[in-house]
Amino acid sequence: MESVLSIGGLKKSFSGQPILQDFDLEVKPSEFITLLGPSGCGKTTLLRIIAGFEKPDTGTIFLDGKNLLSLPAEKRKVNTVFQSYALFPHLTVFNNVAFGLKIKKIKGRELEMRVIQALEQVKMNDFSARYPHQLSGGQQQRVAMARAIVNRPRILLLDEPLSALDARLRREMQIELKKLQRELGISFIFVTHDQEEALSMSDRILVMQEGRIAQLGTPRQVYEEPENLYVARFIGDINFFPGEILTLSGSDQVAVSIFGRQIMAHTQRQFQPGDKVVLLLRPEDLRLYETPPKDIKTFAGTIVERSYRGPTLDTRVRLDDGLLLTTCKFFDEDDPDFDYTVGQRVYISWVKGWEVVLPDENC
Amino acid sequence: MKIADKTRFCIILLISGWFILFGVTPLLLLVMTSFLTMDPADLVKFSFTLNAYSQLFIEPGYIIIFIRSVKLALTTTLLCLGLGYPFAWYTARMPPKWRTSVLILLMIPFWTNSLVRTYAMRMVLGTHGILNKALLSLGLINTPLKIMYTDYAVMAGLFYLMLPFMVLPLYATIEKLNFQLVEAARDLGAGAVSAFTKIIFPLTLPGIMAGCIMVFVPTMGLFYVASLLGGARQLLVGNLIQQQFLNARNWPLGSATSIVLIIFMAVMLIGYGLLLHRFSRGKE
Repeated sequence: MESVLSIGGLKKSFSGQPILQDFDLEVKPSEFITLLGPSGCGKTTLLRIIAGFEKPDTGTIFLDGKNLLSLPAEKRKVNTVFQSYALFPHLTVFNNVAFGLKIKKIKGRELEMRVIQALEQVKMNDFSARYPHQLSGGQQQRVAMARAIVNRPRILLLDEPLSALDARLRREMQIELKKLQRELGISFIFVTHDQEEALSMSDRILVMQEGRIAQLGTPRQVYEEPENLYVARFIGDINFFPGEILTLSGSDQVAVSIFGRQIMAHTQRQFQPGDKVVLLLRPEDLRLYETPPKDIKTFAGTIVERSYRGPTLDTRVRLDDGLLLTTCKFFDEDDPDFDYTVGQRVYISWVKGWEVVLPDENC
Repeated sequence: MKIADKTRFCIILLISGWFILFGVTPLLLLVMTSFLTMDPADLVKFSFTLNAYSQLFIEPGYIIIFIRSVKLALTTTLLCLGLGYPFAWYTARMPPKWRTSVLILLMIPFWTNSLVRTYAMRMVLGTHGILNKALLSLGLINTPLKIMYTDYAVMAGLFYLMLPFMVLPLYATIEKLNFQLVEAARDLGAGAVSAFTKIIFPLTLPGIMAGCIMVFVPTMGLFYVASLLGGARQLLVGNLIQQQFLNARNWPLGSATSIVLIIFMAVMLIGYGLLLHRFSRGKE
């Protein structure tokens, strides 16, 4: 499929400090892409370059095959939903939404129809005569959305649009935003530092680290098969087992030594015997046994903390080898009494094949 | 009464006393004098008359002076606005560490007596002044320009004195302006001109109006600028009042002129208040 937006070799630095480095990205039609990263990783700068508020030092951006960088911000078929919404305080909701259309000299019946339609799409048509300060944060957010989509942009840029909302409203807006994006068929580039938000909404997630792409993939790929320790650490909780490759067996199996025990692990990566590696395991992948099972290799440890989280029970286990693990288990209807006490002895293993083996970057 | 209440009472008494003594009483005296009869020996005779007002409104000379003053004050205001707005804009958009320095540079002359500065303008604008010397030595002109004792000299002097009064309120509003709104306007397709007329101008309008009032109102009364730079022919309302009191000794006419000027300004300030109220109604 032809890309809507195509970014190549983008570089940007502010007073000698590199913000974006050799950045490439292809955005497909009606794709929901999330830029995920901590603050200062360059995600907002990338959005501002696409919108036209900043110029890159080098690199190219093409929108539908046309050079976007030669156009000023006002000529780009790209619209932004700002983090602070940036609604015009002296204009009513209707006139805020109508702003872009009026600039394009759209008048009368068509103007009215399109504004009303956009307001309906965000369920704000009852508020068209209000001023921005008369609206709640969530309502302002909806107006900001309407003001952008009414112009029918090729790409909508959203700069942490939900970060100012409380948790409940935020989840509600996530679902609505995703629904709206499907209805409109516009590509969204969504910036956030909230990994849960990124996992639940995106078609693809781009994890950014200091101006570079740490990983680009579907939410599932990014969560289940992180390509490096940075991505593994940034998205979700994770446990690291330090190990060393002993032997290679077949094309996708390695024998790893962890705390002196030999474990067979699955991997597509190429390793050499003697390589230092890390085995990554999500808390929900770990299994706890109260008595050591016969035919599985386990690591013995002691429960140091248990916390009840409603649907799940989270426990922290200190292995006899010193490693502190986080585990998470969903409550099981067949076993209503399952629980642990602090200080209890447990034996840990994991579902075979769910481990991810990565080279240890610290050596 | 508690001590705090006593203190409050004393402060209020002091302020209202000061205001009544130096604000209300002179104004009442002024109103009274404007209705009295002129007397060369005792300054005024205590007999009621509307002579001063009828003289002011019937004799065309006074009306011409008034119109000329309004015109000059208006031109000065527009000049200050036209140059002060970009100045305030760029100052407010500078990195914060530079802003203070620029504002201090603007304020330093402000701390010098304005009469002294008006004399300094004579040195600059005169036939053998700095401006003419510079233009002559650059070869731009062959004979010195006649600037002193013209309306241009008065305007230059007024502009120089009043510019800070325009820049400061403008700076205050522009500095508060959320610049992301300008980005939002551009994002929605507005070029520089539309972004200014549709977003920046309406949002800085309170500052524009405040600046205009702060320049226009005092300009109407700055008599010494016109006397020092404009010479005898450039008579303004301020000069008229000064002359009636000090030279012609016609206190009723001087008072009546002052009253008319005060009413004119009051009407303008009320108009400004109403406009501001209408403008900010959307924000309450």
